[in-house]
Amino acid sequence: MDAFEIIFTTTLWVAAIRIASPLIFATLGELICERAGVLNLGIEGIMVAGSFAGWVTVYAGGDLWLGVLVAALVGAIFGLLHGVLVVPLGLSQHVTGIGITLLASSLTYFVYRLLFPSLTSPPRITPFKPLPLPGLSQIPFLGEALFSQTALTYLAFIAVGVVAYILYRTPIGLAVRTVGENPAAVEAQGIDVTWIRIGAVMCGSALMAVGGAFLTMSAVDAFYINMVNGRGWICIALVVFGSWRPGKALLGAVLFAAFDAYQIRLQQKYGAAIPYQVFLMLPYILSILALVVMSRRAGYPRALMVPYRKGER
Amino acid sequence: MRLEPRAETSLALNLLAPVSALLVSLLICGLLVAIAGASILPTFGLVVKGAFGSQFAFLETLTRSTPLIFTGLAAAVAFRAKLWNIGAEAQLYMGAIVCVVLGTGLVPLPSVVLIPLILIAGALAGAVTLLGPALLKTRFGVDEVVTTLLLNFIVLLFVSLLLEGPLKDPMGMGWPQSSRVIADAALPKLIHGKRLHFGFVLAVLSAVAVWFINVRTTFGYEMRAVGHNSRAAAFAGIPVNAVVMKTALLSGGLAGLAGVSEVAGLKGNLTLDLSPGFGYTGIVVAMLALLHPLGVVVTAIFVAAVFVGADAMSRSAGVPSYIANVMVAVSLLSMVVAVMFTRFKVSWK
Amino acid sequence: MTDIRSTQPEVVLRLRHISKSFGNLTANDDISFDLRRGEVIALLGENGAGKTTLMNILFGHYIADSGDIEAFGRTLPPGKPRAAIEAGIGMVHQHFTLADNLSVLDNISLGTESLWRLKSDRSAIRKRILDLAQTFGLAVNPDARIADLSVGERQRVEILKALYREAKILILDEPTAVLTPQETNALFDTLRRLVAEGLSVIFISHKLYEVLAVSHRVLVLRSGKLAAERETGATSREELAELMVGRPVTPPRVVPQQAGEPVWEMTGVTIRGKLGQKLLEDASLTLRAGEIIGIAGVSGNGQSTLADLISGLVKPESGQVRYRGQAIANWHPAAMVSEGIARIPEDRHAVGLVGDMSVAENVIAECYRQPPFSKRGLIDWSAARDFAQRIIRDYEVKCPSPQAITRLLSGGNMQKLILGRVLSPEPVLVLANQPTRGLDIGAVTYVHQQLLAVRQRGGAVLLISEDLDEVLTLSDRVVVMYHGRLSSAMPRDAVSIQQLGLMMAGQDMRGEGYAA
Repeated sequence: MDAFEIIFTTTLWVAAIRIASPLIFATLGELICERAGVLNLGIEGIMVAGSFAGWVTVYAGGDLWLGVLVAALVGAIFGLLHGVLVVPLGLSQHVTGIGITLLASSLTYFVYRLLFPSLTSPPRITPFKPLPLPGLSQIPFLGEALFSQTALTYLAFIAVGVVAYILYRTPIGLAVRTVGENPAAVEAQGIDVTWIRIGAVMCGSALMAVGGAFLTMSAVDAFYINMVNGRGWICIALVVFGSWRPGKALLGAVLFAAFDAYQIRLQQKYGAAIPYQVFLMLPYILSILALVVMSRRAGYPRALMVPYRKGER
Repeated sequence: MRLEPRAETSLALNLLAPVSALLVSLLICGLLVAIAGASILPTFGLVVKGAFGSQFAFLETLTRSTPLIFTGLAAAVAFRAKLWNIGAEAQLYMGAIVCVVLGTGLVPLPSVVLIPLILIAGALAGAVTLLGPALLKTRFGVDEVVTTLLLNFIVLLFVSLLLEGPLKDPMGMGWPQSSRVIADAALPKLIHGKRLHFGFVLAVLSAVAVWFINVRTTFGYEMRAVGHNSRAAAFAGIPVNAVVMKTALLSGGLAGLAGVSEVAGLKGNLTLDLSPGFGYTGIVVAMLALLHPLGVVVTAIFVAAVFVGADAMSRSAGVPSYIANVMVAVSLLSMVVAVMFTRFKVSWK
Repeated sequence: MTDIRSTQPEVVLRLRHISKSFGNLTANDDISFDLRRGEVIALLGENGAGKTTLMNILFGHYIADSGDIEAFGRTLPPGKPRAAIEAGIGMVHQHFTLADNLSVLDNISLGTESLWRLKSDRSAIRKRILDLAQTFGLAVNPDARIADLSVGERQRVEILKALYREAKILILDEPTAVLTPQETNALFDTLRRLVAEGLSVIFISHKLYEVLAVSHRVLVLRSGKLAAERETGATSREELAELMVGRPVTPPRVVPQQAGEPVWEMTGVTIRGKLGQKLLEDASLTLRAGEIIGIAGVSGNGQSTLADLISGLVKPESGQVRYRGQAIANWHPAAMVSEGIARIPEDRHAVGLVGDMSVAENVIAECYRQPPFSKRGLIDWSAARDFAQRIIRDYEVKCPSPQAITRLLSGGNMQKLILGRVLSPEPVLVLANQPTRGLDIGAVTYVHQQLLAVRQRGGAVLLISEDLDEVLTLSDRVVVMYHGRLSSAMPRDAVSIQQLGLMMAGQDMRGEGYAA
């Protein structure tokens, strides 16, 4: 099988969809924050916190879905903190976001070490199992790639539709979009800019945390230090790549994941000739390239990173 | 609630800000210590003792502060010009790579020549690493936060590649590590038989140099103007893009020096765990110092003390040493909040 | 206009003893008045007289220190824009509160449905917008993106927004600032239609002739106080001007003088934007020493590109520019400054000054590379402070010291600081882009005097202004700018406001000869 034929193998696309799932959640989360005008660099740390919170809930005997809920809740709490610091207090979104990432990941690692002081091999849980959808999973190729995944993956795809619907078809979505374009327009209608923004950041952060939880509850069955490994930063690039639209962001995440799955297979094939690190670098390099290509026609929210203070126009 | 800018900030308020930020951090960490089942004050006592309690502890704190001064300066310089360099980690490793390439016997020179050479080359390597993101920012408007962050991962993989390939230590028994630098390339120790090395002096001198650049030179003035309002700076005729590039060179260069100093001054070789996040911690160091280069020296020592002290405490009290990371993150956030209150006052109307 | 108030209609809005201060500044001092159904009140006052603050209190953006507001007999809770909207008050802000990337429909419907509804009823919203547009003659396409609309159309959207919320009282804050005279007349027609339907209007302005044209009653605000109240029919332009300023007004005297050699000669200059659209098209202009040329036009017609060109921020793509007879070798702001071009930018906060730096740091921004301010890369701060001190003294800048932080200065003092920075090296050419926007009368007079002084000593001035009065008062010749093109320069005495208005709307271009 040559390098080109790999693209048409089912296993590649099964892996791609699996790799894409956490990215879809987190990219959607970041997208919501940014549509409301708030850059959330806390994403990396929030994913770490979510991955642990979900996993530890299940480890403690909780139901898998309870784990997802707890992860979302933890994410929302960090989102609330980020929101309060950057919206009413107007702090630098860059610095605060980095601070949230440092805080969320260090707190997580602290609690992890506290609960599991000296374990050589990490404890395991029973993760989400693949759930082939009756009928749909029988479709050749597509069925296996798309419809034989875990419930959390289906949730990721459903979330894209839900977020798109809310943003474009509901009054609250309109308020979120407007607050990211011109907060003064929202305030002039008597809607509180601060709460819309904080709410959006909380929802977005909850999604990021669920993305993190996917890693420990669906992709694998344990929690490791550094397991998020820059996925959050990649999602920030994916939001730009997706021009701040949920559908395009989904497309970006799947393409990116397909590329990632592809490079793993190339690694196995050409590993002897080319060091594996080169392949591992490719996703990051691809993200940078995507940013460069998309930067020219960025339809970014006009009030992104602009703090809003009441009465100041 | 509304925030109104203060016309002026009193000295008392300026002093109160960092103190209250520190208190908040201590309070939160105290809570965590209590949750961990240890008693708060003795645990803090152990941290202080571990950081300052003996000559060994104090020298260890200064040794640990050395790379943090460099990366803190790197962040302070860049942030002042609103160049969000979150990639000091990558620049540090690039400096370290160059240090290993030149310092392990490739260029056999006397130390008076070799040491300056590796310092300059390492700084250049760090500078060039940041030049890429800076170019993408000025040319294409690509946000440097994401590019510098992603470069951290790329460079770490590059280091891994080198350590398993061309730079692999043949005597390393298969570990991914480089050969040791030769004696002529090693930075001298400040006190015989101790770990504190010349890198610390160099870091403090760098801080003084950056301070001088900031307050006295046209370049310092340009960086400030570009950072506060780049449109106004461009309108007045300040070459904004050139200033951003020069800032990137200076910032990246300082971070590169951190790598050289760690390899040639302390560790002796390059490994994948050369930096436990010095690049990221440098951001905190810089923010705690309010981006003041001389303040960076103080806050770097403070942050180093937290880490060194927490390590020592963790061994005896059983509280995970990650408490130090939490402490540093909380103090960053509480500091930016405190600083905001020195510039704005809250009005409830 | 005809007075439609045959009997005394009911009072719809009553303000009682409104006061508000910011720190030491009293923005509103014990203001009371009534607004009746079907009435247009003009609120007249200079910049800084407190008009906008008063309206922000009325609309709930600010909370008054004392006093209360009653709409249709019910007291409004303070600080709640929502309550103001529900009481039937609609506001059209001077800076439109529209989201440019969203559609007209999105902008109008925002906030009209409960936020927690699961579905927006877009077809019903569309129908209502079209009905209202029909009723009031405010044609607009609900699906157009705001960014693609003209300024006049955006204003229509703002008015529709208020009507959609069943506003019975409409507040318009400086609505004509960005309109051509013809668009202004169309707006006045709309207002007449609105009052005929029983709405009441508060019209905020500092332009006398508009106030006289549209209102039933004029309230004059001066330094935060209600200085006078007049029936429009019983007052005159002269009286209002005096009431507004507080003393007899004398327009600046422009002594006729002979223009000298050409300073800035530009022929057929074209500049394109990022999307390839022509920002400046085939523009030609000759500016001579000792004259002021005024550029009239609705903002957004290429004035900022023209200003950027002379400021050295953009290069001509085609065409020629000669400055004092020579081609310009280096298009860069620093090069322009060293060639003796003074540039007063449109936006002093965002472009003119670095607010977070000191006065001394700001005054050397254009000359910090030269001695005495720096030598071999080292800045001499005492020289910078001396220079700042001199500007503070010579240009009457009110500021505590050269070390003061610039953002704390008032708008007028900021502008004086910029004047000092650019005029003290005795420039050959002065580009003044909207130099008096947002300034109070004292500062406006000061800026005008300085520009005339430049002219008198033989300097050339290019004045870009939206304020037709200003252009006609100061300029020797007037050029109209429309869609990136410049008309030929017309002697001031040879043009009328009506004619300029037509040209600003893109009509009558050939008559007076747009350079095509």
